[in-house]
Amino acid sequence: MRPLLEVRGLRKDYRRGGEVLRAVDGIDLALMPGESVGVIGESGSGKSTLARCITRLERPTSGGVFFQDTDVTGLSDRALRQFRREVQPVFQDPLTALNPRWTVRRLIAEPLKIYGEHNAERRVCEVLRDVGLPKDVMTRHPRDLSGGERQRVAIARAIVLRPSVLVLDEPTASVDLPARRGLLALLKRLQSEHGRTCLYISHDIRTIEETCSRTIVMYRGRLAEEGPTTAILNSPSHVYTQILISSIPRIDGAATRPGRLRARPASEQPLPGTGCLFAHRCPSALPECAADPPMVEVTPGHRAACVLAGRASRPQ
Amino acid sequence: MPGLEIDGLCISIGDRGVVHAVDLQVKPGNCVGLVGASGSGKSLMALASLGLLPRAACVTAGRILLSGGETVAPGLDRTAEVRGSGIAMIFQSPRAALNPVLRVGHQVGRVLRRNGRRDDLRRRGIELLGAVGLPEPDKVARLYPHELSGGMCQRVMIAMGIASEPQVLIADEPTTALDVTVQADILDLLDDVRSRTGMGMLLISHDLSVVAERCESISVMWQGEIVEAGTNRKVISSPGHPFTAELVRDLARVPETNGRAPQSSAGPADDPAREAGG
Repeated sequence: MRPLLEVRGLRKDYRRGGEVLRAVDGIDLALMPGESVGVIGESGSGKSTLARCITRLERPTSGGVFFQDTDVTGLSDRALRQFRREVQPVFQDPLTALNPRWTVRRLIAEPLKIYGEHNAERRVCEVLRDVGLPKDVMTRHPRDLSGGERQRVAIARAIVLRPSVLVLDEPTASVDLPARRGLLALLKRLQSEHGRTCLYISHDIRTIEETCSRTIVMYRGRLAEEGPTTAILNSPSHVYTQILISSIPRIDGAATRPGRLRARPASEQPLPGTGCLFAHRCPSALPECAADPPMVEVTPGHRAACVLAGRASRPQ
Repeated sequence: MPGLEIDGLCISIGDRGVVHAVDLQVKPGNCVGLVGASGSGKSLMALASLGLLPRAACVTAGRILLSGGETVAPGLDRTAEVRGSGIAMIFQSPRAALNPVLRVGHQVGRVLRRNGRRDDLRRRGIELLGAVGLPEPDKVARLYPHELSGGMCQRVMIAMGIASEPQVLIADEPTTALDVTVQADILDLLDDVRSRTGMGMLLISHDLSVVAERCESISVMWQGEIVEAGTNRKVISSPGHPFTAELVRDLARVPETNGRAPQSSAGPADDPAREAGG
C-alpha cells in the first residue's frame, strides 16, 4: 500500500534579524490511508510548523510533501486548490481561528461556497449532526458557544468538504477535561466511520493515546523517536521521551515516584549545533552524544535517535 | 483554626446563585485539591477569598475566615488587610497576569513594598527569583514578561505569590498552559515551597490527575456545589458522584510504567491496523 501523504526530509527555517531558526530539521513521515499518527513534543519542538508545512500554509525551506505521490511543495496557490480540498487543517484555538462576526452557518458554509457547491444548507445540517451539535447553533456566533462547541464547529468546517486527510493542531487543548472526553469520542468516530487519515499534533499525551496507533516524538525540530503509541508510552527509548512520559501526572501520588526523570535546566549551557540536540539537558548523556545520534531500531517499527536506545536500562 | 476556612459560602451573579453553601478548609502545610469543570464556580470561590470577585458577583451568605478571623461575609470585606501576607494567589495564565511593561524584578519588588518592606527590595526580589528556580535571577529580574517562556513566567508569578510568606496560597490552574515536563517542574516547586514554609495550598485544576498526584485531600465541585470531599485515596478509589467517577475513569488509561526502565515489549499489541508505513 502506498502512503496517502508523505513528508520527506522536511526542513523549515525562519529568519529573524540575522538569525536563522531551524524550526523543522529533516522530518520523514508517511501516513497510510486510514491511519492516525500523533506528533508529540514540548512547545517549540516544531510540531505546529510541521503541521503548517504539511497543509502548505507554509512553504518548506527544503524537502517535500507528497500527496498521492504528487509533490505539492512547489505548487502555486491555484494548483493547490484540489490539495486543499483533500487535506484540511483544524487549528489550535477556535476562538481566534473562527471569524467572530460570522454565524456558525456562514462559517461552515464558506468552504462549500469557495468550491462552488450547491445545497450548502443541507450539507451544513448534515455536518452539524455529524459533530453532535444541535441545528439551532447555526444562527449563533463563536463567542456564544462553549469551548467544546467551538472546537466542534472548527471540526465541522474542516470536514464539510469530505477531505481525506485531517491535520489537527492541539484539537483538545482549548477545552477542559470533561468536554475533552466528548471531543475525543467524536474524533475517534470521524476516524473510523469515514476511514479518514489523521495527523494529531498535541502535547497532551492522553489525546494521542486515545486516537493514534502510531506516534512520533519531536525534539527541537528533529525526530527523537517513532513507533506504535503503546510502545512509546510503555517503553520509551529516547531519554527525552522517557522524561516526557514520566512527567505525566499520576493518580497514585508523587510520593510513590521519587525517581522522576528530570531534564537539566536548559539555559546553563550553550546550545549544541551538532550531535544530539538533547545532550546538554540529558541526565544520562555520554561523550559519544557529541556526534549525531544513530537511529536505533528497538523493535520493528519502533526507532529512536538516541545512543542509549535499546541498551539495558540505566542504573538509577 | 489556623489556615483558610470557607464556611457555607454562597455567591450570586445578579439574582442567579453560582456557588452554593460551599465548605472548604486548608490547614497550614496541607495541600487541598479542588477539581471541577469550567464554570463550576472554582475560580469564583478563590477570587472571593482574596476579595477579587468581579463587580457583578457578590457573597450572599456564609463567610471566609483566615486564622480564625473573619475576612469575608455578606457586606464585609477585610481581605485588603490579609492579601499578600495572609493569603495570595497565582493565576492560570502567567503572561496575562504579569504587567507587560514592567521588568519582572520590579514587579516582585512592588509586592514586597506593598507588604511593608522598604529596603533591599532589589536584592530580596532577586533572592526570590532564585528561590523559584530561575537561572541567573539577577539577569531575569531585568527582563520583561515577553522575554520569558511560559514556565519562567509562572515561576515569576510564584515568586510574587510567596514574596510575603502567606499562610495560604491559592494556585488556580497554575500549569494548564504548560508542557507536561514544565508542569511537573512547577508542581515540584510548589511542593518544595510548601514544605519549606509550611504554608497551606489550595490547588485548583480541572485535571484530576494533577490534583490526585499532589494533594492529600480533594474536593470536587459541580455546578457550584462541593459534591464530594475526602482524602485523595478515598475519592479516587470510591468516587461517590457520577462526575467524579467519570474523571476517575478518564485517568485509568494513563500508562502504567510511565517512562521507568524500558520493559521488553510485553504489552498487548495495539490496533492491528497500524502497520508502520514506510
